[in-house]
Amino acid sequence: MELKFSPEDEHFRKEIADWLAEHLVGEFAAIRFRGGPGDEHMYPEERKAWEQELAAGGWTCIGWPEAFGGRGASIEQQVIFHEEYARAGGPGRMGHIGETLTGPTLIAFGSDEQRERFLPGIRAGTRFWCQGYSEPSAGSDLANVKTKAVFDEASQRWLISGQKVWTSLAHESDHCFVIARTDPDSVGHRGLGFFLLDMDQPGITVRPIEQMTGTSEFNEVFFDEAHCGAGDIVGAPGDGWKVAMGLLGFERGVSTLGQQMLFQNELDDIIREAKRNGAAKDPVIRQRIADAHVGLKIMRYNSMRTLSGNADDGSLQPEAMIYKLYWSTWHRNLGKLAMDVLGPEAEICAAPPYELSRLQSLFLFSRADTIYGGTNQVQRNIIAERALNMPREPRG
Amino acid sequence: MNFSFTDEQRMIRDTAEAFLSGASPSEAVRSAMETESGFDATVWKQVCEELYWQAIHIPEQYGGLGLGYVELAATMEQMGRFLFCAPFFSSVCLATNALLVAGDDEQKARLLARLIAGETATLAHHAPAAVRWKAEGDQFRLNGTARYVVDGHTADWVIVAAAASGDDGNVSLFVVPGGQPGLVRHWLPTMDQTRKQAELVFENVLVDTGQRLAAGAAAALASVEDLATIALAAEQVGGAQQSLDSTIAYTRERVQFGRTVASFQAVKHKAADMMVKVEAARSASYYAACIAQEFLAGSASTGELAEAASVAKAACSEAYLFNAGCGIQLHGGVGFTWEYDIQLFFKRAKSSETLLGNASLHRERLAALLLD
Repeated sequence: MELKFSPEDEHFRKEIADWLAEHLVGEFAAIRFRGGPGDEHMYPEERKAWEQELAAGGWTCIGWPEAFGGRGASIEQQVIFHEEYARAGGPGRMGHIGETLTGPTLIAFGSDEQRERFLPGIRAGTRFWCQGYSEPSAGSDLANVKTKAVFDEASQRWLISGQKVWTSLAHESDHCFVIARTDPDSVGHRGLGFFLLDMDQPGITVRPIEQMTGTSEFNEVFFDEAHCGAGDIVGAPGDGWKVAMGLLGFERGVSTLGQQMLFQNELDDIIREAKRNGAAKDPVIRQRIADAHVGLKIMRYNSMRTLSGNADDGSLQPEAMIYKLYWSTWHRNLGKLAMDVLGPEAEICAAPPYELSRLQSLFLFSRADTIYGGTNQVQRNIIAERALNMPREPRG
Repeated sequence: MNFSFTDEQRMIRDTAEAFLSGASPSEAVRSAMETESGFDATVWKQVCEELYWQAIHIPEQYGGLGLGYVELAATMEQMGRFLFCAPFFSSVCLATNALLVAGDDEQKARLLARLIAGETATLAHHAPAAVRWKAEGDQFRLNGTARYVVDGHTADWVIVAAAASGDDGNVSLFVVPGGQPGLVRHWLPTMDQTRKQAELVFENVLVDTGQRLAAGAAAALASVEDLATIALAAEQVGGAQQSLDSTIAYTRERVQFGRTVASFQAVKHKAADMMVKVEAARSASYYAACIAQEFLAGSASTGELAEAASVAKAACSEAYLFNAGCGIQLHGGVGFTWEYDIQLFFKRAKSSETLLGNASLHRERLAALLLD
């Protein structure tokens, strides 16, 4: 075990930190620390421009292989990038779905033609993606997809019909990847296809979902014979589940350390407030703040273990499997702690009619953390069944 | 940055696991815990002569193996899994660390050699102000009572933290042979029978100048306690893991309503929570072990050591007690019997939580760093 980064990695750290200090100024100063979870609806145009600024500096898609326009950065360097980015207050990445999901999927499963057509726009920060997975009846049971894909021989196009939901930033995206049923007689994870669609077409309607925060980051997306070309399916009809699941494994947690920097900023805000209003003298609050500190440290060490790879058993890393349940629960508790530190002031909004303060937004938005991306209940099933080899849930 | 075991560290862990599965099965634990000494002297001799664990992190210049704290923690984790009853924690994690941190070169050379030779020792550190020292010519006179001394009744010698008469903050560490005139040692029967404690009464005990490890030793003692805390946290991880593993094994065999208990979602979710606890605790424990290693090598500060120790002890104490407690619950009625081992882990979890400060104490230490 070795905690220290190599001199080369520390040099890389300085390079990105210096670049951010030079570029996250002027027109971009206003979006520092903005656009993160709970704030993703803010400043979309400025954040798209920022993606192009990043791309010009060679700071998009750094983990991609050089052959596809990336830097082929090591895991350590990707970690460092995310840490420094968050430390500098880099805005929420408009390009993250394309960079972390679409790109690696096409690199792993796509055709040469798909890579040539889609990767440069992601790399350049000019084309933005959203993810069409969940449906009204395919939430935790993601394989229960009803959206249909039919190949129209006359036009030589795929026609997609159905509804997706919880699609982040669909209204700001140029493309969407969609899993849809190619075999109408199939059920579950068989008979699905993975499609690449342009969002700008008459067959697609985006409707924002108003959240309990009063804001809208998520959307419903309706497909009424939306189309894509014969070459816009990744893999073969029937491979959709394999591609979709492969995609979930790509990120490997390199961005988790950046996420933790955002959490640290929130905890620092709470500590500052507790010192200011005297809550820091309350022994119960002291215990809870210290507990939050312990949890955040553990998240970091846990990520370090995951990123270092667990040579004990390559594919199934227990510390990686607990991560979602751990951070989401921690973050939800942090929201409650924030309100308790604020006391009666916690009720008062930042501005009428319903503009929430940052900590109010944390309190409310963190209720989503334990639901999206696999609810805490689904996470516990996954841990019990895959890590502890306990019997699987019966399926209907 | 590489936060995973090296091949050598993995080998050391596997060796410990293999040895302890043979040397510390349930029957061995139960027979050791029923004795007053609390350990099997022939097994300890075997450990010292064949495995050399007593010398694991003693630098080679003093005749030790010169391995790191990560290796020590990996070994402790396995001891925790098997509830190994031995004077390892007292001799290695307490006394050896006290010598390494507070001893001068001559004392290290002399006393570490005796530990390497298989002598046992401990540290009486719980309340320095309860034992008082006074200089008398070229000797020191000790009076007072030290309680909660791990293996205090069996250790060949004791390092005692004592405060100067009338000056609570002026702490010194003294090495006192177990048979020193004026020292009376009582075994204190404990709820957790797998870790023995004693009360040591010092009545006009005289020690020579060379037996004082360090004067003005309050800060050094704090670092020694932090090092021991980090080792104990690793042991807690092992206990938490075994509490989970034995519970899963039981629920996979136990059948009710025509299906294994392990197939009920309520049971699976509790087991998942147990795994989250132990993996989180393990991450904190490994990190703290790395910091302890850096501290002993001179590249981490006392502040970093203290913070890492508190993060680890808070997390590991809670994880172990949670897992052992859930373990009893998921075992159902048999979990409450003397016959099943989960009760032994539950008791060890509680005694380990209290030893060197419980989770609340360590959180308050962190709160003071963050808020004051």
